[in-house]
Amino acid sequence: MSPTSPGYVLLEDGARFDGEICGDLSGITGEIVFNTSMTGYQEAVTDPSYAGQVITFTYPMIGNYGVSEGAMESDRVHARAVIMRDARNGEDAATAEGGWLDWLADCGAAAITGVDTRALVRQIRSRGAMRGGIFTGDVAELEAAARVEAEPSMVGADFARAVSHDEPIRFAGDGPHVVAIDTGIKLSMVNDLRGTGARLTLMPCTASSADVLAEDPDLVFLANGPGDPAALDYVVEAVRGLIGKRPVGGVCLGHQMLCRAVGLDTFKLTFGHRGSNHPVKDLRTGRIEITSQNHGFAVAGPSGEHQLPSDEPVTWQTDFGSAELSHINLYDRTVEGLILPEARAMTVQYHPEAGPGPHDAKYLFDRFLALAR
Amino acid sequence: MPRRNDIDKILLIGSGPIVIGQAAEFDYSGVQACKVLQEDGFEVVLVNSNPATIMTDPEFAAATYIEPLLPGPVAKIIEKERPDALLPTLGGQTALNLAMALHDDGTLERFGVELIGANHAAINRAEDREEFRLTMNKAGLRIPWSVTVSSPDEVESGLADGTITLPAIVRPAFTMGGHGGGIGHDEAELLAVVAEGVAASPINQVLVEESVIGWGEFEMEVMRDHNDNVVIICAIENIDPMGVHTGDSVTVAPAQTLTDALYQELRDQSIAVIRAVGVETGGSNVQFAVNPEDGEIVVIEMNPRVSRSSALASKATGFPIAKIAAKLAVGYSLEEIPNDITSATPASFEPSIDYVVTKIPRFAFEKFPGADGVLSTYMQSVGEVMSMGRTFRESFAKAMRSRELDSHPDLSCDDGTLLARLETPTADRYDLILEAFRRGLSVDQVRERCLVDPWFLREFELLVDEGEGNEDLIRTFKSVDTCAAEFEAVTPYYYSAYERPDRDGTAESEVRRGSRPSVVILGAGPNRIGQGIEFDYCCVHAAMTVRELDRDAVMVNCNPETVSTDYDTSDRLYFEPLTIEDVLAVCEQEKPEGVIVQFGGQTPLKLAHHLEEAGVPLLGTSVDAIDLAEDRGRFGAMLKRLGIKHPPYGTASSAAEATAISADVGFPLLVRPSYVLGGRAMELCYSSDDLTTYLDANVKASTEHLLLLDRFLENAIEIDVDALCDGTDVKIGGIMQHVEEAGVHSGDSACVIPPMSLGEGMLEEIRETTRQMALELGVIGLINIQYAVAGGELHVIEANPRASRTVPFVSKATGVPLAKVACRIMLGERLADMEFPDDLGDHVSVKEAVLPFARFAGADSVLGPEMKSTGEVMGIASDFPTAFAKAQAAAGASLPSAGTVFITVTDTDKAAATQFAARFHDLGFKIVATGGTAQTIASMGVPVTRINKIAEGSPHVLDLINESECDLVINTPTGSGARIDGYEIRTSAVKRGIPCITTMTSASAAVRAITAQMQGPAEVRSLQELHGKAPAGCD
Ligand SMILES: Nc1ncnc2c1ncn2[C@@H]1O[C@H](COP(=O)(O)OP(=O)(O)O)[C@@H](O)[C@H]1O
Ligand SMILES: Nc1ncnc2c1ncn2[C@@H]1O[C@H](COP(=O)(O)OP(=O)(O)O)[C@@H](O)[C@H]1O
Ligand SMILES: [Mg+2]
Ligand SMILES: [Mg+2]
Repeated sequence: MSPTSPGYVLLEDGARFDGEICGDLSGITGEIVFNTSMTGYQEAVTDPSYAGQVITFTYPMIGNYGVSEGAMESDRVHARAVIMRDARNGEDAATAEGGWLDWLADCGAAAITGVDTRALVRQIRSRGAMRGGIFTGDVAELEAAARVEAEPSMVGADFARAVSHDEPIRFAGDGPHVVAIDTGIKLSMVNDLRGTGARLTLMPCTASSADVLAEDPDLVFLANGPGDPAALDYVVEAVRGLIGKRPVGGVCLGHQMLCRAVGLDTFKLTFGHRGSNHPVKDLRTGRIEITSQNHGFAVAGPSGEHQLPSDEPVTWQTDFGSAELSHINLYDRTVEGLILPEARAMTVQYHPEAGPGPHDAKYLFDRFLALAR
Repeated sequence: MPRRNDIDKILLIGSGPIVIGQAAEFDYSGVQACKVLQEDGFEVVLVNSNPATIMTDPEFAAATYIEPLLPGPVAKIIEKERPDALLPTLGGQTALNLAMALHDDGTLERFGVELIGANHAAINRAEDREEFRLTMNKAGLRIPWSVTVSSPDEVESGLADGTITLPAIVRPAFTMGGHGGGIGHDEAELLAVVAEGVAASPINQVLVEESVIGWGEFEMEVMRDHNDNVVIICAIENIDPMGVHTGDSVTVAPAQTLTDALYQELRDQSIAVIRAVGVETGGSNVQFAVNPEDGEIVVIEMNPRVSRSSALASKATGFPIAKIAAKLAVGYSLEEIPNDITSATPASFEPSIDYVVTKIPRFAFEKFPGADGVLSTYMQSVGEVMSMGRTFRESFAKAMRSRELDSHPDLSCDDGTLLARLETPTADRYDLILEAFRRGLSVDQVRERCLVDPWFLREFELLVDEGEGNEDLIRTFKSVDTCAAEFEAVTPYYYSAYERPDRDGTAESEVRRGSRPSVVILGAGPNRIGQGIEFDYCCVHAAMTVRELDRDAVMVNCNPETVSTDYDTSDRLYFEPLTIEDVLAVCEQEKPEGVIVQFGGQTPLKLAHHLEEAGVPLLGTSVDAIDLAEDRGRFGAMLKRLGIKHPPYGTASSAAEATAISADVGFPLLVRPSYVLGGRAMELCYSSDDLTTYLDANVKASTEHLLLLDRFLENAIEIDVDALCDGTDVKIGGIMQHVEEAGVHSGDSACVIPPMSLGEGMLEEIRETTRQMALELGVIGLINIQYAVAGGELHVIEANPRASRTVPFVSKATGVPLAKVACRIMLGERLADMEFPDDLGDHVSVKEAVLPFARFAGADSVLGPEMKSTGEVMGIASDFPTAFAKAQAAAGASLPSAGTVFITVTDTDKAAATQFAARFHDLGFKIVATGGTAQTIASMGVPVTRINKIAEGSPHVLDLINESECDLVINTPTGSGARIDGYEIRTSAVKRGIPCITTMTSASAAVRAITAQMQGPAEVRSLQELHGKAPAGCD
């Protein structure tokens, strides 16, 4: 499949970037974000954390090696659309089971190519991630602008319910029982948890602490997921009912849930962290990991600070004993990890499961499991 | 971990002359290291034998030594300077091997010098192929099966017992650029390659290895710090699959065809490799082969140092690997070093790029008739170009036009032949692939023959069908920022790209141009024989000067190896092809005060009149003056007017005309096409038969241009002069006397400052003639004039109204930075207002050329009017013989101090040869000579052993050479006569690394040099000692 008709991206602030639409679409809106990974386009669009968003890939050539079952991070495309500079649809790679654009179309996802993505990214970088849409050329700009305006803001949006499921999902295993609150868990994370030998149960995101405890977990795992962490009071509530009772591990949105549960606030980053090259420092060991990241909101420190000025772990007392901010992002010094030593809880903002991204932090799954009773 | 305060003085070793496999990239990395270490308060001691490097400019070190990169001289420097540490990882394989030698011979220990950057054990684990194999096995990483052998016998037994199967790859230990390696398709070939490889390896060891020809080849640039943090700077994918050396492959960054899963697997393995090898800090390059069918990965090698690929990766991403490596070596961790480009984020990250980078190598096979031109596992290219574009097609097309080919590949053959030609990798492979698609052949058909990944082939097909995809787009400039626009870039490093116009019909340009006037400096493009690093040196000096004079220096170039394309060198760097369209686009963006075309060799000079036509102001010598110097007729008329002699000449526009005028000009004749640099297709004809042969072979190559015929002046002394002129005054930069007589291209002959055998009268005539010509031509800036002194008379051979190849050498010899002065003149300053030292010191400087014959099996090593050298070295001493000996040693042809000299010369040289034989005999050498030569020598009472010519049967001279029973060869060829034997003798000598002298004048210099070197090790003096701390002139 090749690009069919002229189209454009319109941002909330009026900026317009022309390109060519792939597939049928008259218009789609969402939060326009960018991802700086040079590989892993299929993993990205199937990551449930992108629900409600339109991904701009900064790498210009996307689709080079086609798509394959093995690269799925969930059962479907969650991103609303993708914006690219020079999309490809070939299937020559040995692992390719289909062409990228064909597959996107089959999945009903919108795509636009030929866009000056760098100019678009520079716009978002300076003005912040914002609402926007992709429209065919025949949609008048005024109408497009109205549709963008009608798109609800990401602030306050609960997308977790939309990507979670109604009934528990169970995976067999001989090891400890890990019960995950599934706010949109990625398959890589499921695989890495199972890879430790754990028995894994995914609970719907609306599960209460009682529901979780009823499963008799050895470790509670808080998964990644989309949307505004501030909109998920019900998850925070459940987590508060679990801390101290069972060990807790978690990643990304799950980290934000644990942080909120011990009283920290979250805030929206200007344009978020989405890519595979962010350096994160473990403040306890001084070691640096190159990490996979995908989040638009971050956690503020105990004094409400958005950035941690020093390389010393920040410690304070919480309802659950002492707490320690254990990791920072070296790009912007935002919080990347929390440890509750007494409560046996530990979460990170980044993605140790990679998919896509570097494997530097894979060892964390063993650490999580080491918390299990 | 912060800066180490227990070391103050650091010795840095450069990489020596430009040779195939080791080029300007090590000047780039060395300069970065020198700068960053000096800024941080370290005292840098630098040694490099190559004067045409920026790093050997005196301001880059506290003490700069231009000395041979051999253990002896470097030990003397260590003894004198007493550095605390030696940083060996920035000067290529040369520096690494030298550091290993200084460790092994105990020098480092004796003077308490610590190796920083990589320790002895780590270097050994990476470089010794056997150790590497064990290390990889231990780390659980897969490598191709292999057998380490030290002799062809072991290969035979390996083949017999099945431990070796064919085809097999031969890889020598501790060499670079794959030198001494190759592919053994059958037993005979394997045995031959192994024999060569064992001889080439400093430890006489090669690996015979399983062939994975056709697998994908990937390079990962890795950095590690003291805290064991490891980052990947760049993944480079070779479009040419395994079997073509990475240096000869067309490569792209980032990798295009890898899934995230496979890429992460390579990343994991790269990290495992650097840890297993134990490189503590700095950059390394890890090469992998990936089976395209099933993703199976094998490790091919790792280079525990900054490399050609790391220079490419630095230019490709904006991440300055060498600079960071130097900081890591002195104690910093990645996290403590800021990323220059964003200034806000640390160096502990992995660059993300939002464009496609293509590198294409530049070859010079046309210079070496006899070489087969087939690409293999050893490197043969002499330079490279890089380009950036927002799409692969854009990037690739830009790189193709950056190559600046002199002659275009012959594509006229039928489809079958075309496809057949694709089976062997050659320099014109990509031109052939594009031609195949132009003819409508399919991706599958092409893929079957050349094994290039179909993803690339589809892009090539698309390039043919739809062009670059720029229709309806407009050209703009984007910046290189290491982070795909995630952060604001403060470094002005740009490339052009086509994008869709926005509402007001423009595309966002990221160029931030302040209000200062700018001066655009056009670079020299890819390194090639005849136009090398010397021109980049001049461009960098121009940039420095422009900045000093309160203007923005704007650099345009497409050569990733160079200092000029370091974003630190200029105020704005445009990484662009040097075609008129691309340059005009930059000018439109910049609206410069002027453009400098004088420093980048012939490349920018060719653009001068187009630029003028387009209304772009040029600085310095006018287009008309350039034409006056280059147009034979106008130039001849001018000389006549001035009463200056020149050899008789004529021009012809056809073969017939050439034959007709040949008699008037007079034999011997030098014939060539006009407008070439480095004497391409230039030949000496002694008779009209010779001329006919030449015309038959070459006239096609020169149809666009006139043919030039010059009377060849025999036994003439050649002189090179570099001079400065501001329109009123002329300043002689340096007068160089060539060691070889006229007829050996000035780029290939050794030369000396001050001249050794010209009387004051002749020198005055040279000065006066130079002055007259510079003024008459209207030079504003630099001029280079070549003269020949024949029969006591001065003749002009040619005048080049631009910076010449010898500018760096003269600047180093005299301490006057000629290019900087020239640049000041172009910007309006006057010679009369500048100060120059009147005393140029008591030292003698010798420049020697470095030749690549060993790389081209089959190519003759005889010197002639066509330039063949890739680089140069310099020897400095208080007398000529010592300086000459140093230069020879630095060029890799150390003169022997004992042993056997083999002499075979033409009749005219026999008398002179006898003189040398007597001197050699007195020095204790044994003399061996062929029949006639032996007889003449014996008749003078000098003991000599006679040996058979080849035709007289074994044992003959070749056996002598091949068994390394001779230490020096003196062989003079003439015209056409003694060529056949001579050719065999010279090629064998080159292969065995035996110094081979082909002219009587250099034989004479050699005898004197040997005499001097036998008196004991030469003294070492830094440039700062020679010229005083501050470089003289106008700094
Ligand atoms: N086992 C092999 N099979 C096929 N090609 C090989 C093999 N090993 C090396 N090569 C080819 O030879 C080239 C040079 O080998 P390498 O070990 O990298 O030498 P160098 O030290 O000169 O870089 C590689 O770039 C690759 O293309
Ligand atoms: N008339 C001549 N007599 C003797 N040697 C000559 C003559 N003309 C040129 N040469 C030799 O040929 C070499 C190359 O010629 P030159 O005109 O300098 O070409 P290029 O433009 O390549 O530098 C010179 O360096 C010189 O050694
Ligand atoms: Mg290599
Ligand atoms: Mg010349």
